Amino acid sequence: MTLDFAPVLEGLPELLKGAVVTIEVTAAAFVLSGVLGLLVGIIRLNPARRFLYGLATGYVAFIRGTPLLVQLFLLFFGLPQFGILLPAILCGVIGLGIYSGSYVSEVVRGAIQSIDRGQMEAARSLGMSYREAMWEVVLPQAFRRMLPPLGNETIALIKNSALVSLLTIDDVMREGQRIISTSFRALEVYLAVALIYFILTNAATWILRQIEKRMTVERG
Amino acid sequence: MIEIRNVYKSFGSTDVLKDVSLTVQPSRTTVVIGPSGSGKSTLLRCCNCLETADRGEIRINGRTIIKDGTPLPDKELNALRAETGMVFQSFNLFPHMTTVENVMRAPVVVRRMPKAEARDLAMDLLRKVGLGDKADVYPSTLSGGQKQRAAIARALAMKPKVMLFDEPTSALDPELVGEVLQVMKTLAEEGMTMMVVTHEMGFAREVADTVVVMAEGRIVEAGPPDQIFTNPTQERTRGFLRALVDGHLAGARPQPATPDALAALPDDH
Repeated sequence: MTLDFAPVLEGLPELLKGAVVTIEVTAAAFVLSGVLGLLVGIIRLNPARRFLYGLATGYVAFIRGTPLLVQLFLLFFGLPQFGILLPAILCGVIGLGIYSGSYVSEVVRGAIQSIDRGQMEAARSLGMSYREAMWEVVLPQAFRRMLPPLGNETIALIKNSALVSLLTIDDVMREGQRIISTSFRALEVYLAVALIYFILTNAATWILRQIEKRMTVERG
Repeated sequence: MIEIRNVYKSFGSTDVLKDVSLTVQPSRTTVVIGPSGSGKSTLLRCCNCLETADRGEIRINGRTIIKDGTPLPDKELNALRAETGMVFQSFNLFPHMTTVENVMRAPVVVRRMPKAEARDLAMDLLRKVGLGDKADVYPSTLSGGQKQRAAIARALAMKPKVMLFDEPTSALDPELVGEVLQVMKTLAEEGMTMMVVTHEMGFAREVADTVVVMAEGRIVEAGPPDQIFTNPTQERTRGFLRALVDGHLAGARPQPATPDALAALPDDH
């Protein structure tokens, strides 16, 4: 058996176009996941607000307890039954964002809870409202502790984004499959696809580590 | 002025404060002493609603901050807290801000003070507590005594009318205690209304207008320091002071504190 990378080289423009789509979907989902995770994480700090807390807890339990693929299919194939026909790319971003957000919310909650209680007390004793104290004092410190686990989440998000190819989104995975369908060079093409994911995940890790380093140096 | 009227507080089934009443007159310093677990820190924390008193009333400068378990609404509570400075045993400086940012942040956020003005104010206060040269370093590089002085400056930046000190020197190495007490003494001399929970009997004797002895959630005895330290009327007070001496002799506490030892203590302690 011989390896033939000619189809990969020939299909490289398509693969790269697909990689760009993967980056776009992942980046949008990352933002959604961050906003959602922050919100849900903060809500889950306070069980006294029963309704919001219950909603947030139900969200985390359901999303973490069911497969991402099923969630994506619910959005893409299920919602149209209610007349809600979202574009595939939107389904992909929302599905990935909601999924990743449930994990991020736990990262956020854990990081906030790891900040000494005295920090909140000191801020409140100076007259800051809960929101001001959270924003000025607790979150900036918690953010630093979120970065390492957030790196893991980002890697997972990038890799999970391969599933959106099943929603007819032309990401790097789907472009790869398209090339295989005409060249029948599965091994070579999937190797190339894997290499692209590998580069993306490591680039993301590197960026996050730079942020982490900078914050550590700044604050002595 | 701080007025505490018939305050009760329990954590679960543990009664921490039982019918405590106490008044700190304007420009006076009240020092609260007593064995650990006596409820003195809880009493102090009730004064700015970091703990919620279950029953009774607490008034700060004539305004009710909490009555029968119901604190002021959030907005007014925040405003009143802004005027009530609090200094913690563990400093609680904000580690992600420089010293001067620690001091200027609350005036900027809470009072919407322009940054330049807040920085000037913060620099003045840092110089006042002897930290003018530490403005731009992060708290992690400060000694314990410096941290606590910065924390006092931070509280003063809100121009409080009342200051609460919760064992401000208990986490310090013995040789650093003096510099913090000196700052507090200056504040007292300037006419700040202060309520201080401490184990520093020298400070209590020298600076306090009133010394309050607490045990098991009640005030056992209150009076001028001379009376409390040289002529305590209550057995509990005598027992507590004796225990402090024994603890000192056993090496448990660095600071001596007996009526006799206190009387012999130099004034520049």
